[in-house]
Amino acid sequence: MDNTITYREAVREAIRKAMREDERVFLIGEDVGNYGGSYAVSRGLLDEFGRERIIDTPLSESAFTGAGIGAAMNGMRPIVEIMTVNFSLLALDQIINNAASMLHMSGGQFNVPLVIRMATGVGNQLGAQHSHSLEGWLSYIVGVKVLTPATVQDAYDMIGLALSDPDPVLVFENSLLYNSKGSLDTKSTPIPIGKALVHRPGKDITILTYGINLFKALEAAETLAKDGIDAEVIDLRSLRPLDDETIMKSVAKTHRVVIVDDGWKSGSISAEIMARINEQAFYELDAPMARVCTLEVPLPYAKHLEDAAIVQVDKIVDTTKKVMVQS
Amino acid sequence: MSEFLMPSLGADMESAILMEWLVKEGDRVTNGQVIAEVETSKGVIEIEIFEDGIVEKLLVKEESECKVGEPLAIIASDEKKPLHVEEKHESKQPVVQETKEEQIVSEPPKPTALHVEQEARLKISPAARKRAGEMGVDLSKFDPKEGVVQLSKIEAASTTEQEEPTKIESKSDAHIEKNSGMRQAIAAAMSRSNAEIPHYYLSTSINMTPALKYLEELNKKRSIKDRILPVAILIRAVVLSLKEVPELNGFWQDNSHQISKEIHPGIAIALRKGGLITPALLNADIMTIDDTMNSLSDLITRTRGGKLRSSEMIAQTITITNLGDLGVESVYGVIYPPQLAIVGLGAIIDSPWAEGDSLCVRKVMRATLAGDHRATDGRTGGLFLDKLNSYLQNPKELL
Repeated sequence: MDNTITYREAVREAIRKAMREDERVFLIGEDVGNYGGSYAVSRGLLDEFGRERIIDTPLSESAFTGAGIGAAMNGMRPIVEIMTVNFSLLALDQIINNAASMLHMSGGQFNVPLVIRMATGVGNQLGAQHSHSLEGWLSYIVGVKVLTPATVQDAYDMIGLALSDPDPVLVFENSLLYNSKGSLDTKSTPIPIGKALVHRPGKDITILTYGINLFKALEAAETLAKDGIDAEVIDLRSLRPLDDETIMKSVAKTHRVVIVDDGWKSGSISAEIMARINEQAFYELDAPMARVCTLEVPLPYAKHLEDAAIVQVDKIVDTTKKVMVQS
Repeated sequence: MSEFLMPSLGADMESAILMEWLVKEGDRVTNGQVIAEVETSKGVIEIEIFEDGIVEKLLVKEESECKVGEPLAIIASDEKKPLHVEEKHESKQPVVQETKEEQIVSEPPKPTALHVEQEARLKISPAARKRAGEMGVDLSKFDPKEGVVQLSKIEAASTTEQEEPTKIESKSDAHIEKNSGMRQAIAAAMSRSNAEIPHYYLSTSINMTPALKYLEELNKKRSIKDRILPVAILIRAVVLSLKEVPELNGFWQDNSHQISKEIHPGIAIALRKGGLITPALLNADIMTIDDTMNSLSDLITRTRGGKLRSSEMIAQTITITNLGDLGVESVYGVIYPPQLAIVGLGAIIDSPWAEGDSLCVRKVMRATLAGDHRATDGRTGGLFLDKLNSYLQNPKELL
């Protein structure tokens, strides 16, 4: 089956398929039932699967995430939906102290096959409490996997991959991508967790990114191509584990790197990637690496300030050109 | 006290291997004494010291590679001399002299140290450093002032150093390896010459019959050992002509024409293993014909035995190349920078020669001159060839 659907529909279809195929799968979170999910991902699922499998909860991130962990340890396959990444901080104790640690603390007796989905992303005038990208920060946690689907295909595939993983997996859906459209092949074999994808091969410079910035980077690459710069654009797809092999292979080919990340610069995933390139491919670099990140401010509400603070295509183009002329 | 530095034995030399020390720590050395042997791309060369003193410390082990300008030894000034002065003059004077000496010694190292510090910090991208290592590109030739060395610069540089594969293939054959180093040295010098020096070329045919007849008469009276070869009178004639046309003897340096008072012709000597060296026949202008012959034999023997001295490698003021032994009629040379000219001598062959109204057969040699047009004009070169011809027509004057 090959068709064009939205990112939102792709996630919903993946959840629906998983719930049909495996009775242990259930969805839990705020407004996932009657309201159909704050981003309408779960619309219609309550009618199909009933209140036992589509569970509305009060505003209690720590409690329902904890419930998900307990269910997972008891043989269920819960999908926990957290409205936005900002609210995941309320559940951080459960994620770090329980979900991520349980396998280790139980001496390998208890896996926690939990999937936590959350909306992430900057922009759209949502203000400082609803508009952040903390996935880089959450990928600091040892014991979880962090997936960042950018394409419709990945949005669909990654739910299935996450559910089949025996350990906790955090899936970050960029809220600005929910309306984006793409073709979906439900029959194809999913690319495994931990594998980055070269979206646009190039020889002059490597642009490493993930999530919504993949599209900004691809647009920037087209602009750069007009100036004779052949940029390779890589979708990292998974922030933990990072695909060192694909990254280093590309650095060895282009010798120059720009990292595009919605996170703040200091202590971000872009900082981690730079450190790894330094450790593993220092002698392949022909110029200092550069980053395009969100400015280090709480995200402003005002449109012009927000635009100035977040990653834009022209910022990627400018930074890439600067790295190209380094001498 | 002073440092004895690795001398530059040619404009293209960057480093050499110190093969053998000929002095020990504590030895007294005198100006002009050969104190070490170094191996350059041109072969083994004896290097001399140009001061009197005592070898206080040898800084470099034998068989180690040293860069040009690197200190090789510390030479203490001869302490006996100030003592003599003290006896003869007032007691204050030597003190003044000593401080002067100290000043002279203490001042130069400062700029040297600064210089080294600046040069040491070459900005090079890690990728460029790695590629340079793989391709064997020498990083010392990059100027830190010219910005960051990146891959593109290394790749550009490596195309001019394409000897590398040959070097690897022929590692078992030491001679070929040596020659490829020499080939590189010649390549660099000649490329520079052709790129920088606007050459002009002149040629003239010289009747060698009078000179050869004269030489024949001269050699009849001599033992085989003392006989003089035609090449000696040719060199002698070139040197005497240069005395009269000194504009061709010297250097073009810093955009100015520098005429050398001494005449040290570099004689192109082919090596048996292949390759070519042009050591200087030092002070040829103050030699007799016998001196010229003896010095030339000595120079050829030592060149082929790899026993040249450092001064012989750097002092050349003009080059003489002679391809006569191969039957070549004329040779148009490429000037060795920063010299001003090169004299080419062809084979002496029996040729039809017009004298007066009649045609006869004479021993004829074609002499050529390539001159640096920045320093001199064809007229100067013409004067020189005319003098050369005139000396060879009057061989008595060559003695």
